[in-house]
Formats: sequence, structure tokens, C-alpha cells
Amino acid sequence: MNTLATPPKNFEVKPKLDAKGEELGELLEVSMGPHHPSTHGVFRMDVVLDGEKVVKLKPVFGYLHRNHEKIGENISYLANMPYTDRLDYFCSMTNNWAYALTIEKLAGLAVPERAEYIRVIMAELTRLQNHTCLIGFFVQDMGALGTPMMYAFREREKILDLFEEVSGARMMCNYMRFGGVRVDVNDEWIAKTKKVVADYSKFLDEFGTFLTENEIVLARTQFVGVLPKDLAINASITGPMLRAAGVNYDLRKVDKYGIYSRFDFQVPVGEHGDIYDRYMIRVLEMRESIKILEQALRDIPAGPVMDPKAKLRGFRPKAGEVYGRVEGPKGELGFYVISDGSPNAYRYRVRPPSFINLTILEDMCLGHNISDAVVILGSVDIVLGEVDR
Amino acid sequence: METLEQIQARLEAALPSAKIEIVANECAAGERSLLVDAASGFAVAKFLRDDAQLQLDYCSNVTGVDWPDKELSEKIKVKQVVDGVEKEVEEVKKTIRPGFLEAVYHLYSMSLKHGPVVLRMRTENRADKAHLPSLTPLWRGAEFQEREVYDLYGVIFDGHPDLRRILMWDEFTGFPMRRDYVAPDDFEYEPTPHDEVLVEAKKHYPVEPKAEVKS
Amino acid sequence: MLGEQIIKGMAVTARNFFESYVSKDRLTTVQYPEERLPQKGNTRQFPFLVYDGDDAEKGLRCVACQICEKECPPKCIYIVKSKDKKPDYKGQMQVYPVRFDIDLSVCMSCSICVEVCPFESIKMNTEFELSTADRFGGLLFGKDKLAKSNSYYQKVHPKDAAESDAVIAAEKAKAEAKAKAAAEAKAKAAAAAVSPAPPVTPAQPL
Repeated sequence: MNTLATPPKNFEVKPKLDAKGEELGELLEVSMGPHHPSTHGVFRMDVVLDGEKVVKLKPVFGYLHRNHEKIGENISYLANMPYTDRLDYFCSMTNNWAYALTIEKLAGLAVPERAEYIRVIMAELTRLQNHTCLIGFFVQDMGALGTPMMYAFREREKILDLFEEVSGARMMCNYMRFGGVRVDVNDEWIAKTKKVVADYSKFLDEFGTFLTENEIVLARTQFVGVLPKDLAINASITGPMLRAAGVNYDLRKVDKYGIYSRFDFQVPVGEHGDIYDRYMIRVLEMRESIKILEQALRDIPAGPVMDPKAKLRGFRPKAGEVYGRVEGPKGELGFYVISDGSPNAYRYRVRPPSFINLTILEDMCLGHNISDAVVILGSVDIVLGEVDR
Repeated sequence: METLEQIQARLEAALPSAKIEIVANECAAGERSLLVDAASGFAVAKFLRDDAQLQLDYCSNVTGVDWPDKELSEKIKVKQVVDGVEKEVEEVKKTIRPGFLEAVYHLYSMSLKHGPVVLRMRTENRADKAHLPSLTPLWRGAEFQEREVYDLYGVIFDGHPDLRRILMWDEFTGFPMRRDYVAPDDFEYEPTPHDEVLVEAKKHYPVEPKAEVKS
Repeated sequence: MLGEQIIKGMAVTARNFFESYVSKDRLTTVQYPEERLPQKGNTRQFPFLVYDGDDAEKGLRCVACQICEKECPPKCIYIVKSKDKKPDYKGQMQVYPVRFDIDLSVCMSCSICVEVCPFESIKMNTEFELSTADRFGGLLFGKDKLAKSNSYYQKVHPKDAAESDAVIAAEKAKAEAKAKAAAEAKAKAAAAAVSPAPPVTPAQPL
């Protein structure tokens, strides 16, 4: 009997009763509304408080819903690529890769080796800048007033400059195509990337002093927002949250998509499932990403970057359906596409990691203070473009 | 992981009343799926989750798909009397395959690291009988995704603990992702309209006064 | 000692602060708009139409094939074909666009129009300071505002312009070679039609 899949708590919550059986005070209902500096976007939480403790929390979102899936049904496959940039707008390269991977699986296209190496380099750079950004936000949520966040953004700018040089845009890169990547990288870019990656380890050492053993961080995050292992698997949690709960499931090692099987890297797995573990996992993942980047930049071969048989216009894959997934920085990003042989998809679905990771937000926050709820939400790592699509 | 045929055989042995088919998939990826009838969907899913060989403890993705009424035409040979002689004539017979809504579940296993097993359930029609059993009591991760399928397609999941709209606001009427959804009219200002948008935008253009016919 | 790590964190902040006076790496603020960062070579902002030479009407490379209009994801391009024709860079008579509107408030700078254009006529500009107070139509750019000369394109994207010029020169050379071969064949056929075995008669001096 599986007692973990318990439904969420009832809508009705009542205040505590005193010895005589009368209600002790009132419960306060707060809407941590969509305009809030700490909710990482237009996200609302209806919180019911008993003093300072959370007794009920319902997340409300949909403020950024643009019906991206219907747009995907009405335009061609290639024209949908820039829209996938705007899903998780921090990690556009990973979104592009997941979509390109899915359509390549659907149509049976092969990708040249140099393009695979470039894709791995872009994905790991994306992971680096996403985790850096997130640690900056995390420290700011706890009251550091923005200074460490600005240091994080300073380093992130170096990676965004690299993206701009190769694809023309900092965030909305629109870089991957079905069968390869859009433009090739030249040796000058590879040299610049090697320098950025080499400087990144030094930056991480300096930045670690803010996080790793800081007393305020330890007091606020250890044993707060604990997620047990079985509940994490049952609630379809993926990404660093799952690995912090103690489950060794990283799609780069399980599915071995792309050429990840050629690289020597480890997957950090946590023990306690609290907020501190989630952040340490992200810091360790950044170091592993640097390892992968060094290997990829050393081994990248020469060659074409686009499958010569792939067509830009008039692309009509055969009828069928496919589900492709990658390990994005936030979790498992999947695309489910049903094709009916026409230039547009029949059904196009995005499996958003942030949306599904929010399922157990209430379970993690119950019993904690309202200020902990903010930090717990930060540790879930949501981006509203992905939650709402 | 065992093949879909083996899984189907074991399911039919364990749950004799379930109607299970394998849906083909022609494209290069070729992931075939198991189509289960709505009445036994919950029991089949429970078997898949608790079975020792499969252990599908991770429900990765829940999708809704809308299949509207489709007109199928096939040529059949009919005996007809033409000019006094009985001949075989080819006639085109049109049938309508009734529409339905579908929920597709992608199941993986985190403990055994295999998958996917794709599970599909179809409703009876797109109007009043759009009910399916909810798999949220089995996999908590399906909670928000089933709410989204309800919100955007109108499939009612029986047994879902908290079925209300998730992405649209609560007072919204209509199901936006259906193929026959008509968006509200806000086409007054369209600088570069094309195709369907042009048709909608033309309704807002000022009517030209008819030119007087000079006699 | 309790608080030791907090003091270490503050030491990092202090180091960043004092080093920003001496090291360029630490002081990354750019006082925009008085000083601007140089733009990267590949930057793309919004599209523009390329014309050869000096005349924006006669040298416009666009032949109104409407491929960019069909492939544009948010459908922000609106083209009206002309009824007459004008010669293009290869000398062939081609249709040209009478109206070519791009709504920049809809355009998402994805550059798919640039990728699919077969005539090297629409390219990405790097200008982004286009804000206007007019909400309706202030960012609807017509053919006159979109057309920029090839020399502007060479200034803004030198490498891409060089590639584009090479493609155009190759196409021109191919067209000229084909025209020459056709003319030679026509001359041969005309000479053969006049007399079956043409003797070489010197031209009569007038």
C-alpha cells in the first residue's frame, strides 16, 4: 500500500482550539501576490498563516500563459524554434536542443559530430550561467540585498557575450536546427571560451565563501523544506531537487543522449533533501560542468555542422509521435510531438520541469515560517515562462 | 525491459476484464503505446506501478490530445442496376469517426532506469461523456498536469483531489486547446494581418460608401 | 568563532569594492548612454532590406517572392507585389515589392527571414534605439525606412557582407557566362541558317 501519494490538504483549515474547545485566535490569509520581488516572476501563493507558521499554501499561476502549445500547432516546425527559446528564458540553448532532439528522433535525422560537441558545450555553458544566477537570487532572497547577485551576473555576462558572438543574441539564441546547429564556431571563439571556463573555477572559489559555510545560510537552510526520497519520485520531481533527495537519476547518464557517454563526469547526489543540499548540488554540478567543458573544448573535431540532407523549408516528417527529453538545468525538459505528415505539428506539448516541481511546494512549506516559504520557493528554481508556457 | 506484447500478455492475464490494444507508430522513433479502456485504466496503471519487473514509479508526462470528428471516405463496390443491366459500380461511402479526447501518460522507472511505457485512455465523446479515471492517487506528479488537461481540453478526471482550472482564471469558459476553439474578437488593430487573422481583421475595417452610379 | 564565515564573506565584498578602483575586470558598470559598449560582430536586432548602388528603388534586391513572409513565425511581414517588372542584379526582369512592411513591435529578431531568403536581400540590422511614443504604427516600418545600402551593410556586418557579395558576384558571373554561351549558340545558329557553307567574304568598304 502506497501511502505517499496522499492528496494535498483540504481547502478548509481551522485555527487551533484551546482547552475549552474554543478557537484560539484567527488564521491570516495572505496572498503573496503576483507582483513580488521574491517570487521569481508573476507567481502567486495563497498562504494561510497561524501566527508566522504556514498551515496552507496554494500556488496560483497562469499569469504568463501564452498558449505556446497552440502556437506550435499553427506554425511550421522550424518557425517554432524561436518560440522554444522563450519557454525557460534563462536556458534557451537547452530548450532548443530538446526540441531539435525530439524532431530529429521523429524524422530520423543524423547529427554531425562537430555539431554534437558544440551542442554539449552550449548546454553546459547554459547550466553554468543558470546555476550562477540562481545562487545569486538565493542569497538575495535571504537578505543579502543584491551584492552577491551582481557578482554572479558579472560572470554570467561573460557567458552571454560568448552566446552573442556565435548566435547573434544573448538570451533568445535560436541556435539549434534539425540536423545540426545554425552557424559554426571559429577557433577564436573556442579560445575565448577556454579562457572563460578557466576563470570560472577561480570565481566559484571566491563565490563559495558567500554560501558554503556562512552561518546565516546554514541556519536558514539546513533541515528546512525537507523532501523525502519516495515522495520526490512519486511527485515526478526531476533535476537538482530530485538528486538532493537522494535519487541518482540524471538523464545525461540514464538516456545518454548526444555524446555525453564520451565525457568523464560525476553526478552529485545529496542526503537530506533540504534546501542546503539543493544548493550544494548546484555548486557541485557547476564544477562538473566545468570538467565537461574542458574535455569538450579539447576534443572538438573539425567538420560540417549541419546534416547536408536536412531541409530548411518544406520540412514534412512522417506521421507518428515521439517523446524526447534532455537534462535541463531545472530538471527533465521533454517535448511530445504528434505529427500527421503536414508541415505543422498536430499536437505539440512541452513537459516543463518547473511546473511539475511545484507540485510538492505545499508539502515542503507546511509548518515552516513564511520567510522560509520564500527561500523554499527559491530553491525549487522556477522560471515562469516554463511554468505557464 | 520487456516488449509491449509481453506487457500486454501479463496485463491481460492479471486483469481479464481490461481491453488493451497496442497502437502502432510509423515514424523513425517508433514508440508504440498501450491503449486502455477508461473503466480499467486505474487498475492497469496500478499493476504497472507495483509490478516487480516493471516498477514504473515515475510518471514523466501527462498530455491531452483532441481528435475531432473525422470524415473517412472509402471506395466500395456496390451492385447497381444501370441501363437495365446489373453491374458492379464503385461508390464512395463516407462515414464519420466520432471525435474523442485522449490522455497520454509516459511512464518511466527510476529504480530500474528503463522506460518509457506509454499509456493512453480515450473518452467516449467530446461533449458530455468526457470522463477519465484520475491517476493522481497513484502518481502524485500527475496532479498539476491532469488539472492542466482539464483546463485546456475539458477532460474531467474522476478521483482527482482538486480539479479546478490551473492556467486560465477560474471564471473562464471554454477550453482553449481544442481544435474548434474560437478566440475572442480583439482584431481591431492588426498592422500586418495574414490568412485567418486577415479574415477576422476585415470585419473591423470601415465600410466603404458605395460609389454613385452615374446615369 | 561564531560569525567567522560571515566576516570572510564581507572580506570578499571589500576586496571587490576596493579592487574596482584599480582593475577593469571588477568595475563592469557602463554609464549608458554617455558611453556605450562596442557591438559584437554577429549582433542581430531587426531586419532591413539591402539595395545595391545609390538608388533605393532601382537597386533593391528584393523580388517579392514572399518566402520570408510565409516563414516568419509571428507573421510580421506584409508584402504587396508590383504589377510591372524591373531588372535585378543579374539583368533579368523581376517583380519588386510595392509595399514591404515589417511591424517591429511584433518582430522577435529570430532571423529566420534572413536564413530562407534566396536573393540575399533581407539582412539583420544592429540598431536597437528605435523607441517611439506612437503606440499604433510608430514601429511599422515601410520600404523607405527599411531599405539601406550595401555599403551600410558592409560597415555593420563586414564578414557577412563579404560573403553575401561573393555569392552575388558568383551568381552574376554564372548568369553572364550563360548569356554569353546562349549568344554564341544563337550567332552560330543564325550564321548556319543564312547559308549552308558560308564562304568567307571580306566586307565591302563603303
